[in-house]
Amino acid sequence: MTSDESLMLTRLVVREARLIDDGAYEDWLALFAADGSYWIPLRPEDQDPELEPAMLYEDRLLLSVRVERLTAGKAHSLRPQVRCLHVLQQPEIETCDTAAGTARLRTRYVYLETQGDRQVVLGAVAVHDLVREDDGWKIGRKTVHLLNPDAPLPMVQLMP
Amino acid sequence: MSGFYRADAARLAALVQPDRVHRDVYIDEEVFDLEMERLWARSWLYVGHASQVPAAGDYLTTTLAGQPVFLMRQPGGELGVFFNRCAHKGAQLLLDERGNAGKLLRCPYHAWNYKLDGSLLSLPLKNDYEGSGVWESPAGKGLAKPGGVREYRGLVFARLSPDGPAFEDYFAGVLEILDLIADRSPSGELEVVGPPLRSEMSCNWKMYLENVNDSVHPISTHESAAHAAKTVGDGLSGAEQEMAMEQLLPFGAGYSFYTKMGARVTAHGHSIHGTKFSLHSGYAAIPGYQDMLREAHGEARAHEVLSFSPQNTVLYPSLALKASPALLRVLQPLAAGRTRLEVWALAPRGAPEALRRQAVNYTRLVFSPTSIVAHDDIRLFESVQRSLHAGGNEWISLHRGYRGEAEPALPHEVEDGNDELLMRNQFRAWRDALAQPAPEVV
Repeated sequence: MTSDESLMLTRLVVREARLIDDGAYEDWLALFAADGSYWIPLRPEDQDPELEPAMLYEDRLLLSVRVERLTAGKAHSLRPQVRCLHVLQQPEIETCDTAAGTARLRTRYVYLETQGDRQVVLGAVAVHDLVREDDGWKIGRKTVHLLNPDAPLPMVQLMP
Repeated sequence: MSGFYRADAARLAALVQPDRVHRDVYIDEEVFDLEMERLWARSWLYVGHASQVPAAGDYLTTTLAGQPVFLMRQPGGELGVFFNRCAHKGAQLLLDERGNAGKLLRCPYHAWNYKLDGSLLSLPLKNDYEGSGVWESPAGKGLAKPGGVREYRGLVFARLSPDGPAFEDYFAGVLEILDLIADRSPSGELEVVGPPLRSEMSCNWKMYLENVNDSVHPISTHESAAHAAKTVGDGLSGAEQEMAMEQLLPFGAGYSFYTKMGARVTAHGHSIHGTKFSLHSGYAAIPGYQDMLREAHGEARAHEVLSFSPQNTVLYPSLALKASPALLRVLQPLAAGRTRLEVWALAPRGAPEALRRQAVNYTRLVFSPTSIVAHDDIRLFESVQRSLHAGGNEWISLHRGYRGEAEPALPHEVEDGNDELLMRNQFRAWRDALAQPAPEVV
């Protein structure tokens, strides 16, 4: 892996968070592979989001429903405006197989979400499983390990 | 103002009128304390599921009406529920959410040891207690227990208070729902698929439970989710319409759909919403499942079980459940304006994996803190909780379907699924429970 490649991978993870923070949801969705998914398990050891309860597990189709709702302007729950901020540590490249076109990055971060007089703070580690497609690297799966997925949480309306 | 309601039974009773309730039922902390003492403590509350504690010493800890308890499988196989409080100084005995206690419970504070049945086994410096009277005091009696415990088809309920209705009387008219759900398994056994999804909301617990029976809200409240699902779904072929879309799209159903689905209300505030059909009746059949149930339960029972799929059943005041997808919603009130919710998926043992998949998917899609459906509900509950402080109108309307009639004999079949009689019936139970002061604690 060249330093150019490693820079490209870490930039993708940073950009992914920034697009959510900027509300550029369509661009954010385009970062996912066609069979890409976004998963927030309830336990670190969980393996199968189809058979184990999870806070969130969405494929491109469901993510596009989520994005459609966020952008259509019909959701009263999003008024007043909901904003978020991902404060990331430097993403660490855990594995990278350039021949196979796969990589895994791990990023520690703090997620802030605010609406009116309320703010939610979540600590998390994101695992990005990236795959290289014809038009560049895409997100095969984003897994978010919240620090407290077992706690009773208030509603979290954007994407931690 | 302490005693404003406690000392004035007429004022307390007047909070519930036949067609409306006063805002203090939701926002007043003294009323909240009274409902914990008089309603929750005397009701049969959902504790947990037998499948969570299969072996001797297995336990789970939880909270009933704000009181810490644990459910523990006894060496003889029976289930015990105990207050999670050392008889000595009150330290919490079991600290984890679940686990196995081994052969005894040891308090981390002063090493008082208890048998799994809650009796005091040993304590340090025993000679120092000679003649102290400790053995005759509550401390010497071991762990305190709720007034009653009952398991029914795997669901474990407890009544905190020694006084209150018997289990069968309390749930008369709705217990068969638990049979219908359990019989979705060929062996008649359910298991919970943990862990639960947990939420905390800044609203009163009753708002949540009324909303479970409110079929008039989805078309407006969930417009954004239904619209987004339809926009995306319209571009798909039938084959691409996956289970998630099958579960999301019906949130756009209109008023007339719910009008026809019918309901039943029973004594103590319980209800079955969607006795004739529901949003869940339209889910695609699972291959082989029907035959499996026919073989296990016979043709008639299999038909009964599979055709029964109400929108929601409320076992007032702590539990709401669905048969298909099979799931439990457990309420834990913390304060007048704070409520916790646990949502558990259920899987019928021996049934196709698709049922587990369906339940897991639904809990995540509709009840998770990140659910696009739940957001619109919770946002409204929380805004109502705040807005009720507005002056000018101190009442919440429950008029829909009310025509000045007397309260019906229970159980009662409700023709129109949109009738607010389902909420009025909850408040009828609430009012009756709050009218009876709790017995003096000795």
